[in-house]
Amino acid sequence: MKGVRHYPGFLAMAVACLVILYAPLIVVTGYSFNGSTSITTWGGFSWRWYADVFTGPDAPRFKAAAWNSITIAILAATTATAIAVAASVAMIRGGRFKGKSATFALINLPLMVPEIVTAVATLIFFSAIGLTTGYMTILIAHITFCIPFAYLPIAARLQGIEETYEQAARDLYATRAQAFRLILLPLMMPGILSGFLLAFIISLDDFIITNFVKGAGMETLPTAIFGSVKQGIKPNIMAISTMMLAVSVLFVTLSYLVNRIGQRTRS
Amino acid sequence: MAGGMTPAPQGNGTGYRAIVGPLLIPTWVMIGIFLVLPVLLMAVYSFLTKEFRGGVVWDFTLAAYDQFFLNRGLFGDEPPVIEWTYITIFWRSIWQAALATLICLIVGFPTAWFIATRPARTRAVWLFLVTVPYWVNLLIRTVSLKFLIRENGPLNESLMALGLITDPLPLVNTNLAVQLGLFYSYLPFMVLPVYAAVERYNFALSEAAADLYASRWVTLREIVLPVVKPGIIAGCILVFVPSLGAFLAPDLLGGAKTFMIGSLIDEQFRGSQGNWPFGAAAAMILMTLVLIVLTVYARAQTKGDAR
Amino acid sequence: MSTAIDIRSVVKRYGTATALHGVSLSIADNEFFTLLGPSGCGKTTLLRCIAGFEDVTEGEIRLFGQNIAGLDPNHRPVNTVFQQYALFPHMSVLENVAFGLKMKGVSLSDRTARAGRMLEMVHLSAFADRLPAQLSGGQQQRVALARALAPEPKVLLLDEPLSALDLKLRQAMRVELKTLQEQTGITFIFVTHDQEEALTMSDRIAVMSQGRVQQIGTARDIYEAPVNRFVADFIGETNLLEVTVDRIEGGIARVTLPGGHTITCPTAATTPGKHHISIRPERLSISAAGDLTATVERVVYLGTDLQLLARLTTGEEFHIRLQNSARAQVPAPGSTVALHLEEGAARLLAD
Ligand SMILES: Nc1ncnc2c1ncn2[C@@H]1O[C@H](COP(=O)(O)OP(=O)(O)O)[C@@H](O)[C@H]1O
Ligand SMILES: [Mg+2]
Repeated sequence: MKGVRHYPGFLAMAVACLVILYAPLIVVTGYSFNGSTSITTWGGFSWRWYADVFTGPDAPRFKAAAWNSITIAILAATTATAIAVAASVAMIRGGRFKGKSATFALINLPLMVPEIVTAVATLIFFSAIGLTTGYMTILIAHITFCIPFAYLPIAARLQGIEETYEQAARDLYATRAQAFRLILLPLMMPGILSGFLLAFIISLDDFIITNFVKGAGMETLPTAIFGSVKQGIKPNIMAISTMMLAVSVLFVTLSYLVNRIGQRTRS
Repeated sequence: MAGGMTPAPQGNGTGYRAIVGPLLIPTWVMIGIFLVLPVLLMAVYSFLTKEFRGGVVWDFTLAAYDQFFLNRGLFGDEPPVIEWTYITIFWRSIWQAALATLICLIVGFPTAWFIATRPARTRAVWLFLVTVPYWVNLLIRTVSLKFLIRENGPLNESLMALGLITDPLPLVNTNLAVQLGLFYSYLPFMVLPVYAAVERYNFALSEAAADLYASRWVTLREIVLPVVKPGIIAGCILVFVPSLGAFLAPDLLGGAKTFMIGSLIDEQFRGSQGNWPFGAAAAMILMTLVLIVLTVYARAQTKGDAR
Repeated sequence: MSTAIDIRSVVKRYGTATALHGVSLSIADNEFFTLLGPSGCGKTTLLRCIAGFEDVTEGEIRLFGQNIAGLDPNHRPVNTVFQQYALFPHMSVLENVAFGLKMKGVSLSDRTARAGRMLEMVHLSAFADRLPAQLSGGQQQRVALARALAPEPKVLLLDEPLSALDLKLRQAMRVELKTLQEQTGITFIFVTHDQEEALTMSDRIAVMSQGRVQQIGTARDIYEAPVNRFVADFIGETNLLEVTVDRIEGGIARVTLPGGHTITCPTAATTPGKHHISIRPERLSISAAGDLTATVERVVYLGTDLQLLARLTTGEEFHIRLQNSARAQVPAPGSTVALHLEEGAARLLAD
């Protein structure tokens, strides 16, 4: 007799799920170390395509794209996180106020509108107001769609923090600003970090919206990779992919650790 | 995500009530100006006249919608009949997205259940493993899938080496490849919310059902699925909505015959063949579809709460 | 009277931890049988083995003579009232109660009629269309009961069904449960950690501790004739004293108390030597010359009773209960009293 948690075949399905999710990534990682110029034949283990990414003919393009991607992700995630912190404090500590549910809908709007629609609308808007597409337009678009991703973990965290801590601080003569800086902000920190990490990765990931609002000559890593892939999958793309994969794994691990620490200080 | 975070009725003892306005101004400005306004403008653009090198002329017309739904012959002088080209593309997108959602559910539910029933330690490992792909760049994942299933790719090579097939399977540029791509892209979106629901599931309910003479599979149908339904619906929305407007999977894995909405819209904004009003109109129609789905979902949720 | 359930040397291990160390007991048909013991002693585990949610590691369980090992829970004619009720949240009260009948293939009209009668029996007919979440705790408890009784099981298992209710409701439900059991004639196996609950409802009680059955008997048996320190201490209030046994003969022991007095008392021990004796605090009287001498340290007013916290001249703590009557002469704290042991106050324990 097996317990009620057991269903025959579910293990197989879970394993299949992992195989499906990982097989392409593992294969590409493997082939990124292929010493051969052809992507079909195996030419022994080699770092050459990694070297190629940094020194090869495409290197300047990828370096510029990587620089853009990373700076945009940092700026967009930081700004979106700051906006989200303010918004979550207002939404969760502000009591009832007029327009609250409309604001709630507004914050979540970027999650509801399909990406391609956001992309089209943003492009139309920038062109209508005569703003030249480029770094700035990408940044603005990224900040906008990163807000809900930063907001969700921050608000969830804040909701779990009882008001009594701040009230105790106020009772002990702290001003509102001091109570925020010394009590609420440190308690919110795991949520803020999670929100930042999520926003950062979402910005780094974005292709569709960026592709619409980037303008000519401007590239981020995804658009640069997409451009190359249109000409066929070259080994250096696999090397870049593997490096981005490594960054993603690093981020999951970070956010996992942040959550672990967060759980220790849960009220 | 949708409706997941209901604002709790928390109080006023912390003094933030007085500065709600200033705290929310950045949010209102950013999303209001850079998303709401653009979407409204897009609605306006869908009623404008196209200009040839991309862009628009400010003459109001229904031409874009006319072009989408009606065929008036090559020179526009014949009696209108229904134009099937774009409706077909939308229809294909809808069923591709629906099928992807179904397959994600068929694979994702057992996976989520399996993970949620592991002991704490192994569960953390499983959860970590299914979360990683969720954080990996979608473009990279799609490119990797293409590399794996292409004509001379590792999948075909190994199947041939195993003697299971003699000629490579022509996977790339088919509906099947697009389907696989959508499924692969959004599978984690199904597993995570379903997992969250199963984790909250009270297994004593299954024991109670078994105690009352229900078999394993009857218990699944009669008790488990109805109880975790909110998680399943959330997962379905999270897979269906992005699948419907997907661009990367159909663009990289599909061909001309597997055109989906995302590519159709994208094409209208590329260089001189573009047609901005038409693209805007197609985007409006896509958004309307998504709104319908979300409204039905919200209805189902509130009905569920009322019960 | 035939045997409903026969549990033979059942051992249950979870990995290296052992929850049941060879439990044997036999429960008669139509009996109200209670498993009583502190939290963690293995009551739920034993119940789950009977219901079929856990496999026994060793030993066997027979239901009306048939070994039920290997039978899935859905094939056992045994129903459970779960501790937290486990009512199906998406089904109405009526659907919940009819569920077992539906699974057994009873037609819609028949099962609706029968579920309706069950709801009548637990006084919930007016709530048939509600969802479980719309009921109070006591009502949910009765739905759980009706749901488990509807398929007419041969044995009903109840895992601390009253523990989530408040005191008044709990007391009312005790009577209701006992009445239901007598009406239906179904064998009840009732799990609780509350001795009062066990004493008031049960035909027989098995006292468990650390995965072992310590004693089986009627309420009177286990209160008046506890076999060991655990049972004596767990059931009611008692004073445990270490004593020297001089002689045991015919179930009567001759014991020297602290202070030197010698008494005879019934015994569970069979060999002379060092043992413990249990002295019930309400079976003592204050007299001029007694079997024990104690100094009163504190007097606690309990309403119906007065509790004297005292210390024997030999140093042991000692409790005395006096009825709170107008005639009671209450010794002042600090005074020394002589205590007389009434008939049946003391019992020599096996350990
Ligand atoms: N699934 C399990 N895995 C490991 N140990 C368990 C499990 N279930 C119960 N136990 C252990 O078995 C012992 C008896 O538990 P239980 O039967 O629930 O006690 P009771 O119901 O009397 O409070 C406890 O020590 C408990 O920790
Ligand atoms: Mg228990």
